[in-house]
Amino acid sequence: MASFLLNRLGQSIILLLIVSIIGFTVLNLIPGGPLAQYALTPGMTQEDMDRLARQMGLDRPLMVQYFDWLWRMLQGDWGTSYRDGQPVVDVIARHLWATLLLMGTSMVISVGIGTWIGIRGATHRYSAFDYVATAGAMVALSIPTFWFGLVGIYVFALRLEWLPAGNMYTIGDGSFADYAIHLIMPSFVLALVNIAVWSRYMRSATLDVINQDFVNTARAKGLTERRVLMKHVVGNALLPMITLAGMQLPNLLSGALVTETVFTWPGMGRLFLDSLSYSDYPVVMGLLMLSAVLTLLGNLIADIVVALVDPRIRLA
Amino acid sequence: MQTSAAKDRTGAPDPALSVRNLTIDLPADMDRAHAIQDISFDLIPGQILCVIGESGSGKSITANAVMGLLSKALKVSGGSIRVGEIELTGARPSALRDMRGRVVSMIFQDPLSALNPLMTVGDQIAEVMRAHGVGDRASRRARTLDLLNEVGLPDPALMIHQYPFRLSGGQRQRVMIAMALALEPTILIADEPTTALDVTTQAQILDLIRDIQRRKGMSVLLITHDFGVVAEIADSVVVMEKGKLVEQGPADAVLKTPSHPYTKRLIAAVPRLTGSDRVPPQGFASAPVLKVEALNKTYRSGSALMGTLRAVPAVRDISFQLAPGRTLGVVGESGSGKSTLGRLVIKLLDSDSGRIMFAGQDIAPLGEGEFRRLRPKIQMVFQDPFASLNPRSTVGHSLTVAPIAHGMDPRSVRAEARALLEVVGLSASAYDRYPHEFSGGQRQRVGIARALMFKPKVLIADEAVSALDVSVQAQVLELLDRVQRETGVAMIFITHDLRVASQICDEIMVMQKGRMVESGPPSQIFLHPQSDYTRELVAAVPGGQAEMDGARP
Repeated sequence: MASFLLNRLGQSIILLLIVSIIGFTVLNLIPGGPLAQYALTPGMTQEDMDRLARQMGLDRPLMVQYFDWLWRMLQGDWGTSYRDGQPVVDVIARHLWATLLLMGTSMVISVGIGTWIGIRGATHRYSAFDYVATAGAMVALSIPTFWFGLVGIYVFALRLEWLPAGNMYTIGDGSFADYAIHLIMPSFVLALVNIAVWSRYMRSATLDVINQDFVNTARAKGLTERRVLMKHVVGNALLPMITLAGMQLPNLLSGALVTETVFTWPGMGRLFLDSLSYSDYPVVMGLLMLSAVLTLLGNLIADIVVALVDPRIRLA
Repeated sequence: MQTSAAKDRTGAPDPALSVRNLTIDLPADMDRAHAIQDISFDLIPGQILCVIGESGSGKSITANAVMGLLSKALKVSGGSIRVGEIELTGARPSALRDMRGRVVSMIFQDPLSALNPLMTVGDQIAEVMRAHGVGDRASRRARTLDLLNEVGLPDPALMIHQYPFRLSGGQRQRVMIAMALALEPTILIADEPTTALDVTTQAQILDLIRDIQRRKGMSVLLITHDFGVVAEIADSVVVMEKGKLVEQGPADAVLKTPSHPYTKRLIAAVPRLTGSDRVPPQGFASAPVLKVEALNKTYRSGSALMGTLRAVPAVRDISFQLAPGRTLGVVGESGSGKSTLGRLVIKLLDSDSGRIMFAGQDIAPLGEGEFRRLRPKIQMVFQDPFASLNPRSTVGHSLTVAPIAHGMDPRSVRAEARALLEVVGLSASAYDRYPHEFSGGQRQRVGIARALMFKPKVLIADEAVSALDVSVQAQVLELLDRVQRETGVAMIFITHDLRVASQICDEIMVMQKGRMVESGPPSQIFLHPQSDYTRELVAAVPGGQAEMDGARP
């Protein structure tokens, strides 16, 4: 186990370095750059621009900029945002919990409902339920999220006026109920796609297990159908889902760009979009590294959990 | 071979299990209307009743019907199944559930897949008692330990915490038996309990079943396709063909004087351990076409850097030579390295050291590019006729694609393929059909035709008949023999079944843990084995002794 972790740590560090190099390079290739916004400011001269560039360190060769960034990053200094001069860590932290709230809720919904639909679809294969679930998943996967978001806003906010059209809370309120009512629509819209994905995977994982011999053994032991299903079928079917869940972890924090935009949710997705359009390099790089770390972490956690649950797998 | 109960018919005890006129329908679009039709038999208390038949005979469906575990597509449409006083057909699901594991228990064919990989052995055994509300945690644990002890598993206190993947096939089957015995059922149903096991393990498991049956006075319904198993263990036999019961009676009578033509054919088709040597095909050169010298292969995994290096020697210092028209049998249990040896010779795997002399040169060190020219001359017939043909290719395509790729004239290749299909006993019209339209035996004929397309000098048959029913097995063996006499192809016949090996081989090599234990003609291996291991293997062949003594028809 220890050697496995050490090995993975080494791999992860190399991967992170590669991600940072590619990210940094590509970011600087984008035309415009952080100075473009100042160019339109009235009274801006080329000298002012050069001075700004020097102040921000943008006049140095790209290599030097990168290693400077890397060196600071390693010391825990994520830099300051070009936009408002605040430390990147603070900027990210401010948006993080909004995303965590939204993604967490939506994930609980999608995993719960998706697992249930998947299992039922497998145990009642080719039933009306299964067909409806299959067709529903196809629909949810093929229609873009923003469309669901807009339709949701139109129906539930404008027509029925049951739910707010956007934002995380009503200014001046901020009670639990207020947060909850704002959370409903974005989290369900977001969950829709994940329910589709999760239920399809769960269905095929369950089908893989349901015809295995040990399920028959369990029945031959005289177990109730319920216990056969819950203990022997679902237990085994969830194994491959752990890996899938691990891959979902980065989404939990990196947020949902489209949904957050549609519902004006002040999360990480919107922060990323805004920072990109401002060429706010430090924030973009910070978000990029964060999601890279989370991706690696998600996979690692999934591998460890699988090994803990499945005795056949020993991490070596 | 007979228990006293079998002979003791005077008291005519009530049957433990009585099946009367049982008919089970198949779904509408199948090739026959009934899975089983009008089956009647009795299982006498304290007896072992074997139900024997080939694949598709309905024997497993019969067993599942008794357990109430039929798949939803199958419906009992008539007849009755009585266990003691209780009628099972039409019983409520909850009533059936209550019977399962308590009154009737079942063990399955493949112990690798029949245990839940995520639960410890102890939990799985205790679960039977839990399901029926027997005992508390402590008493269930104590009983589990007893059971593990009873089925002869070493160190029960340790075994109880093991996961199935750590156990060998035989040990897992013992766990299955322990699970089945947990609540002391009156009836034990065993569906091909030894088919997936090595011969020596098979003999031990059969011994265990018989031993337990006698000690507990249980009644056993044993499903099998193997007359060797019947000869070994059965008190009485039911023979099934295509869903119908064709013959039943005491084991001795059915084996010695079968009355139904199907039973006669089946028994005649059973490969027998012959102690006589084969008369090799005449008219071929006696100089060896293939010479293997001191061949070695070790599987390595893990990394030396991390200190996790594992090395498993699979083939150790194997030498043999093979003349045209001759067959070398390679026999051994799983893990003996016999399949690895085959793969080394055909260079699907690279050997670590040693020489493989073929066509005047050592092919062992050749790279893929250099060997490609020679590859057509060494061909292979694979074990699984279902997996070894591309389901999306027509038979004709499967046969011709390789020769054409090797630059042979497409037109003559196609003509050759049609001709070969006739040679292997299929019609030329098979050329345009897909593998799924054929039975297992027919597919294996296609596999043989495919291997013969190149007119190879050496044919490697890796368990080529293991997946086939006995009657089909006999036909395929005959085909191989005929092909060899006509073409003079030399053959390496890899098998775990000593009976099959004794039928077709001129010489037999016995392997154990990668080493050659003994080699010689069948007369030596089966009548005068030189090594203890060979003796053990021969003794373990089910029904083997009876055959060698000439007790069989």
